[in-house]
Amino acid sequence: MAEVLVYVDHVDGAVRKPTLELLTLARRIGEPVAVALGNGAADTAATLAEHGAVKVLTHEAAEYADYLVVPKVDALQAAHEAVSPAAVLVPSSAEGKEIAARLALRLGSGIITDAVDLEAGDEGPVATQSVFAASFTTKSRVSKGTPVITVKPNSAAVEAAPAAGAVEALNVSFSAQATGTKVTGRTPRESTGRPELTEAAIVVSGGRGVNGAENFAIIEALADSLGAAVGASRAAVDAGWYPHTNQVGQTGKSVSPQLYIASGISGAIQHRAGMQTSKTIVAINKDAEAPIFDLVDYGVVGDLFDVVPQLTEEIKARKG
Amino acid sequence: MSLRIVVTVKYVPDATGDRHFADDLTVDRDDVDGLLSELDEYAVEQALQISENSDDDVEITVLTVGPEDAKDALRKALSMGADKAIHVEDDDIHGTDAIGTSLILAKAIEKAGYDLVISGMASTDGTMGVVPALLAERLGVPQVTLLSEVSVEDGTVKGRRDGDAASENLEASLPAVVSVTDQSGEARYPSFKGIMAAKKKPVESWDLSDLDIEAEEVGLEGAYTTVDSAAERPARTAGTIVKDEGEGGKQLAEFLAGQKFI
Repeated sequence: MAEVLVYVDHVDGAVRKPTLELLTLARRIGEPVAVALGNGAADTAATLAEHGAVKVLTHEAAEYADYLVVPKVDALQAAHEAVSPAAVLVPSSAEGKEIAARLALRLGSGIITDAVDLEAGDEGPVATQSVFAASFTTKSRVSKGTPVITVKPNSAAVEAAPAAGAVEALNVSFSAQATGTKVTGRTPRESTGRPELTEAAIVVSGGRGVNGAENFAIIEALADSLGAAVGASRAAVDAGWYPHTNQVGQTGKSVSPQLYIASGISGAIQHRAGMQTSKTIVAINKDAEAPIFDLVDYGVVGDLFDVVPQLTEEIKARKG
Repeated sequence: MSLRIVVTVKYVPDATGDRHFADDLTVDRDDVDGLLSELDEYAVEQALQISENSDDDVEITVLTVGPEDAKDALRKALSMGADKAIHVEDDDIHGTDAIGTSLILAKAIEKAGYDLVISGMASTDGTMGVVPALLAERLGVPQVTLLSEVSVEDGTVKGRRDGDAASENLEASLPAVVSVTDQSGEARYPSFKGIMAAKKKPVESWDLSDLDIEAEEVGLEGAYTTVDSAAERPARTAGTIVKDEGEGGKQLAEFLAGQKFI
């Protein structure tokens, strides 16, 4: 059976959820071979084996943290040479897409980004993408070289599928470009204790209607009652009420949770682009004409300052 | 000292228009109004600010690949303050994918001459966000991408990249490829004077032969990816909308409980 390379996104050995989703998709195409790089790479093996990795190629070097993108491209290229895979899958983060693009160019391969589903096909893997602010669904495949495909979070379920997960050291020699862009400083984000926005099963977002940074506390309270991540519209971010890292929309994060709750968000195209593929959509807005109501499964026309706290209380009461 | 900046820009269908696909499954560019991709305005703005903050002699060239109408995007960038423009136009370019586009851009950038390339974070139509990385790979120069802050001094570009897990400070020697996000600073509006001046600024037109690119390297034929189908997403079935009359929060909770979210 053909092997499929899966690039592992991890923090000091803790594998992030989108990588486990990639393993589910990789198993549809072939045998997953994971590539884990940098500090803690070998510590990823147990988790990856549990989810279907037959092999885990690892390489630790300071370059992965000290320089941008290129060392990881060098390593994936080395893994490609060692394995000759049927496809290379990479999580669709900002960095993941850059790594995948440079790898594809080196391999003489095509690249598909932001796939939301992946199936085996007669002429190689078929990727489903959601385009034009999710108003269209396309099916595409790579027609030259080894397919390099990046996949969005929440595109597949995480499945237990125990496999050998044999750890092998990967031989990597860094290219001349590897040390071109130096990371001179790194400030980790403070943890909010809430799930990562793109990975969360439930997202609660606030927009212009929240009307002030201090009022985001009621959005956060609702999110916490549901164990949800907090999002914000561009209007709320541009006004300085909430950090840009939480922005949902075309120039922020694109999310696809089981449940999306939009509070005080009108639903401009730029916002819809980032949340339209959510499974269930709920909105609370004063304006009955707001375009967000065209998308909802359930909508409440009303003042979010009345509705949201009542909802939060009711959820807490029901959860006991 | 002089500093040559090339800003890559894209002419895209208006996102607020009714975007769709043509029969050959390429983006239909005829039926929707086009404009300079909003995210590229930030790249033009940062080029102008680098120029304004520099003691060097800075020349800003805007570069686009696209059909005749794409000149509108160049005019907009010139009216914001760029010095000159290059338009790569060729019938054989229709249907070119990201890999092919990066080839055309890289050849044009090399022909134009550059110390710094500045791009937007992504186009607003394709939204792949991979072209800056591809340009750096092709040109063999550092990529300093997705910056929300950028500065150039003494042949070094520095910037801040805000990632999910951390905010990173980056540094590279010129020549380099930079991309900037929508957090890098609001783009200026062209002034009346700028719009008038833009009419007199030079716009060069190049075709594939000017760049030593064969037709089969680009276009639909040369594409590395194939789109097999494009279907309009079915409209979501109309949901339940209630007016809050004091119980809206409770009603919503009832709905969520019914869907097993509580």
